[in-house]
Amino acid sequence: MALSEFLQFLISGLTVGFIYGAVALGFTVIYNASHVVNFAQGEFVMLGGMFTVFGISLGLPYLVAAILAIALTALIGVLLYEFAIRPARGAPVFALIIITIGASILIRGLAQVAFGTSFFSLPSLAGDTPINIAGAVAQPQSIVVVVGTLAMVGLLALMMRRTMIGKALIAASNDLVASQLVGINVRMIVAMSFAISAVLAAVAGILITPISLVSYDIGVLLALKAFAAVMLGGMGKPAGALIGGILVGVGEAMTAGYISTDYKDAAAFVIILVVLCAFPNGLFGSEHHERV
Amino acid sequence: MKKVVKLAALGAALTIAGGVQAADPVRIGAVVSQTGPAAFLGEPAAITLKHYVEKLNEDGGLLGRPVELVLYDDASDANTARTYATRLVEDDEVSAVIGTSTTGATLAMISVFEDAEVPLVSLAAGIQIIEPVNPYVFKTPHTDRMVCERVMIEFSERSFDQVALMTGTGGVGKSVRKECTEQAEKRGIEIIADETFNPKDVDMSPQLTKIKNTPGVDAVFVGGFGQPLAVVSRNYKQLGIEIPQYHSHGSASKVYVEMSDGGAENARVTAPLLVIADQLSEDNPLRPRAVEYTKAFRDLTGEDVSTFGGYAYDALLLISDAIKRADSDDPQDVRDALEATKDLPGVTGMFNMSAEDHLGIDHSSLYMVTVKDSEWVLE
Repeated sequence: MALSEFLQFLISGLTVGFIYGAVALGFTVIYNASHVVNFAQGEFVMLGGMFTVFGISLGLPYLVAAILAIALTALIGVLLYEFAIRPARGAPVFALIIITIGASILIRGLAQVAFGTSFFSLPSLAGDTPINIAGAVAQPQSIVVVVGTLAMVGLLALMMRRTMIGKALIAASNDLVASQLVGINVRMIVAMSFAISAVLAAVAGILITPISLVSYDIGVLLALKAFAAVMLGGMGKPAGALIGGILVGVGEAMTAGYISTDYKDAAAFVIILVVLCAFPNGLFGSEHHERV
Repeated sequence: MKKVVKLAALGAALTIAGGVQAADPVRIGAVVSQTGPAAFLGEPAAITLKHYVEKLNEDGGLLGRPVELVLYDDASDANTARTYATRLVEDDEVSAVIGTSTTGATLAMISVFEDAEVPLVSLAAGIQIIEPVNPYVFKTPHTDRMVCERVMIEFSERSFDQVALMTGTGGVGKSVRKECTEQAEKRGIEIIADETFNPKDVDMSPQLTKIKNTPGVDAVFVGGFGQPLAVVSRNYKQLGIEIPQYHSHGSASKVYVEMSDGGAENARVTAPLLVIADQLSEDNPLRPRAVEYTKAFRDLTGEDVSTFGGYAYDALLLISDAIKRADSDDPQDVRDALEATKDLPGVTGMFNMSAEDHLGIDHSSLYMVTVKDSEWVLE
């Protein structure tokens, strides 16, 4: 009994952890390109799920609805950059972060008007029969989330290291002026980072909706937890974001299971405080070098 | 000055033309939360009030005079609610007021109406609104205590002596947890597992696993609001828990059943009258209004009727009934008549007010329904 109970907490924690991790991935891309922490990330997740739900309700096939939802969310990401972030370029980074908080409130408000306050679901991609693992059960969709998130991390890491866009992204994050001097179209690259980040968020939204359901305000908590995961894993590292998410998720589930649900959220933040005391740049964050 | 003369002339003309005593309308005030976080409560209330005031006027108004609804949106904010309360009694000179949607904002408004001696019928659930009784304050929704009474009575009947609570940490969940703990104690029912969940949690498996592994649980009571209730039922099914599942009135919506993905099957839900109006017997005095309102709301909005709109329906019904019986729209007379309301079938229950009871309905107007093939079945 004790083992199956532990396994159940672990599975639940991993499921939630991968959800946080998937959401956290989007943070890293925009941060890498512009050092902005985009707090509208949670709303992108919500939009991914919502657009898909409404595409399907309009009679589109699942896949078409999902692709349209991802494209639309990416477009909104680019619009966010072009109309809110870019006009304020030159402002300190913290001002840009505040703009993203404003954008998140705006998107949430519009979503409330457009979709209402109700909540929606998507069918699970892997069926509904729970998988039994030594007395503990896992939802089939959890495995879809795990595989999907791992694929996103892999693709993202590959893109950052192997493609021109990825390298340009990293260059832009290191020194904007210098990268412009070597011929990188910084405006395009940063806009691209918002699009990629929105795509990651929308995919995460579509993957997690069968588990968590989706409503206009689901992004708030997800963004907060995902932000905690990113801080834990180290800003700007895709793998770090994922591992951070897992640590937060499992920490929460274990606290809820063995101590009390009341301390669940606190537990996640205690983990972060402790880790950040020992590793101020996060578990996988590189130290920041300032060249004089 | 000129304007006054003109208005008087107009009034006189109308009096002659309409053959009524005065053209001055009967003014009923309302403050609801049409926007902001409590919009899901206030929006259906506003739709209902506008529609039924219009209908009152089509049927000749009250006391032979037209009825004017002075409606304000407090944007789910207690300060704003109080401002509008003051405006209603000082500028609009209303006979009675309906509102507001939330307990906190209602409490903020009460002293205004107490000082002005104008009756208020609240649409909020909190028991603090009518306990202790304030002579000028009434309300229409069930309290969480009634919901818990209803469920605990059933637990006693079925000899479920050891039960588990699974409640949300939001306002509704907290209140349900407190009231149900008290009601359980009163009836000698032991709560052997007491778990909570956050309003936006995406997975409740750890809490449910603990309940599942607690030996001797006869039934699980789930209380809260919105999306997490559906997640609880999904996880309930996934974990293969066989213990009877009970839900508070927060789950009495079609969305809950649809989104729980089969997990709601066989769950017992404490449902208000409106949910099962069409299943009541033909001779039930509560049936006609509930069925009519259900249909009217659907025609108006294209959506299923909500209990929150029903509370507003009843508030307006109580006030217009009181004005008719008092044959006066003087606030003091309306108050006295409200308190004397007897056997008035509303869409929330049968209202019987008294000096000690300013809610007038009890747990008998809550129905235990079972989810069968995704439909409510009254058993």
